[in-house]
Amino acid sequence: MNSLILSVGARFLTGLFLLFSLFVLLRGHNSPGGGFIGGLIGAAGFVLYSFAAGVEDARRALRVDPRAIGVWGMAIAVLSGLVSALASLDPFTGLWLILADLALSTVLVFDIGVYLAVFGAILTLVFALEETV
Amino acid sequence: MSWVLALPILIPLVTAVLAFLLRGSRMGDLASVAGAVASLGVAVLLVGVVLDRGVVAGQVGGWQAPYGITLVADHLSAAMVLITAIIGLAVAVWSLAEIGPDSSRLGYHALFQSLLGGVAGAFLTGDLFNLYVWFEVLLISSFGLLVIGGRKQAIDGAVKYVTLNLIATVLFLAGAGLLYGATGTLNMADLRGAVAASPDQGLMTLISMMLMVAFGMKAAVFPLFFWLPASYHTPHYAVSAVFAGLLTKVGVYALMRVFTLIFVGDIGYTHEILLWVSLLTMLTGVLGAAAQSDFRKILSFHIISQIGYMVLGLALMTPLAVMGAVFYLLHHIVVKTNLFLIAGVSRRLTGSSDLYAIGGLYRSAPLLAALFIIPAFSLAGFPPLSGFWAKFVIVRASLDGREWLVAGVALLVGLLTIFSMTKIWAEAFWKAHPDGRQPALAELPLSARWQMMGPIVALAVMTVAIGAFPSAFLDFATKGAEQLLDPAAYVAAVLGEARR
Repeated sequence: MNSLILSVGARFLTGLFLLFSLFVLLRGHNSPGGGFIGGLIGAAGFVLYSFAAGVEDARRALRVDPRAIGVWGMAIAVLSGLVSALASLDPFTGLWLILADLALSTVLVFDIGVYLAVFGAILTLVFALEETV
Repeated sequence: MSWVLALPILIPLVTAVLAFLLRGSRMGDLASVAGAVASLGVAVLLVGVVLDRGVVAGQVGGWQAPYGITLVADHLSAAMVLITAIIGLAVAVWSLAEIGPDSSRLGYHALFQSLLGGVAGAFLTGDLFNLYVWFEVLLISSFGLLVIGGRKQAIDGAVKYVTLNLIATVLFLAGAGLLYGATGTLNMADLRGAVAASPDQGLMTLISMMLMVAFGMKAAVFPLFFWLPASYHTPHYAVSAVFAGLLTKVGVYALMRVFTLIFVGDIGYTHEILLWVSLLTMLTGVLGAAAQSDFRKILSFHIISQIGYMVLGLALMTPLAVMGAVFYLLHHIVVKTNLFLIAGVSRRLTGSSDLYAIGGLYRSAPLLAALFIIPAFSLAGFPPLSGFWAKFVIVRASLDGREWLVAGVALLVGLLTIFSMTKIWAEAFWKAHPDGRQPALAELPLSARWQMMGPIVALAVMTVAIGAFPSAFLDFATKGAEQLLDPAAYVAAVLGEARR
């Protein structure tokens, strides 16, 4: 699409989308949000960029093949659920590592995995459709 | 306990990751087959556990029901997981001969395995929203599999498929949202009590209709089936075989689960609709098939007409009828997948799927012809094959219920099915090839011959075995039907004895 406003705006908006998607991902533990919606918002940022600059530029800006992002996301999500087998708990039971005020858990790892899986899957589909159309 | 229930879902997903990382290489193909073997092992284990202990439930993440996500397996779920694993292995092996390096590099095996993971997830989950998530997993991976062939026709079919299925999932999501707003729970066992206790039964019936349309579209019942013949004849044969076997059955399974466990408050209304829907599905499917001349299109329309029998069993809602539906479901998956695999071999040998452009298979490939007869006649309901018992039970159940019209339609559709199968037989197998070709199995390379014929023979043997020793399978289906019609054990397994 040839629009100056869109192509200038997209450069700022894509960054904002990504930042906001990380915010939504992290707040998802106790409030509405999480990996799924975060991944969708992040993907929306790159979809906008691909509208403004074309799929080729969007792929270059992403640097990594979106399919690989999606698959690695799925790998991270599944592995975070399998870890609880080591503690002989039910699958996907959250394991916590608490360092002073910082609480880290396999739940967050799972959410990051879902974020990447959704992000990668949506971009794979949208880029493929834009290229065929 | 929860691990036995989670592994049938996790193994395909892990396999998908491995297959993607190793894509395009021989190792990637083998990883897919190895994963399918592992899935089969776990599925056998699960069936063993269910036979031993009855309904088993596990809570993901250690969150107790109804707050966490529950995985449940009763006879029906366990059998569906096993049959999914069997089909998964058969098609994974068959794909080795069909899927070339191009599709393999694009991630065919990864998509195929995540599809299997999604199917297993849908069969095992005890949570309505989680079921929606598995539907999405299925939709995304099946879209990928549809376009991976890359031809223009395939993309056209895929877009129709995805658009119509998205409408179904949106409707499902809206229904689930309303249900959660009205009852405060989405755990299916918990919903049974909550829906029955709801003061607003009209709303519950409305929600049940939304879910009926959503699942009905997935199951391809009348009048929501039109996406199926538009898309099933376009992708790779391995893809359409696994779709034909498993995808619509997820919809049928969801209908059976929801309309025996949750929405049983107004059977006179909901199941009457299901009854008419099933009759029209059977008829339109079989009549649609009669007008086709493409191998896969005929088979696609027959999926629709056979779905009608399963929904009919559910609609009659007697122990015998539901037992027939369960049995039908299991028999049909094996038979239909096999027919699509045979269609794939026939295409490979004769160079086309248009029945008027091919022929001569009986003379030059008698083994394939013999193997076609088994599932084809089973589909039409010839004794002593598996389809005969499936149809027999359904027709018997409708006669017991004094539903003369229903029984008549069921028999008529069986007769018309024979017509279509005879058409394929006469055109593809019996008559000489119009170009004078002599398509023989020996033309295939040795490895491809084994990879393609091995699964076909195995599935045909299963069809014959079910037909020859029906009592074990009928007993199993009877137990499954009892659990569906009296879900006390199901509810108790999920929520614990106290809340029964």
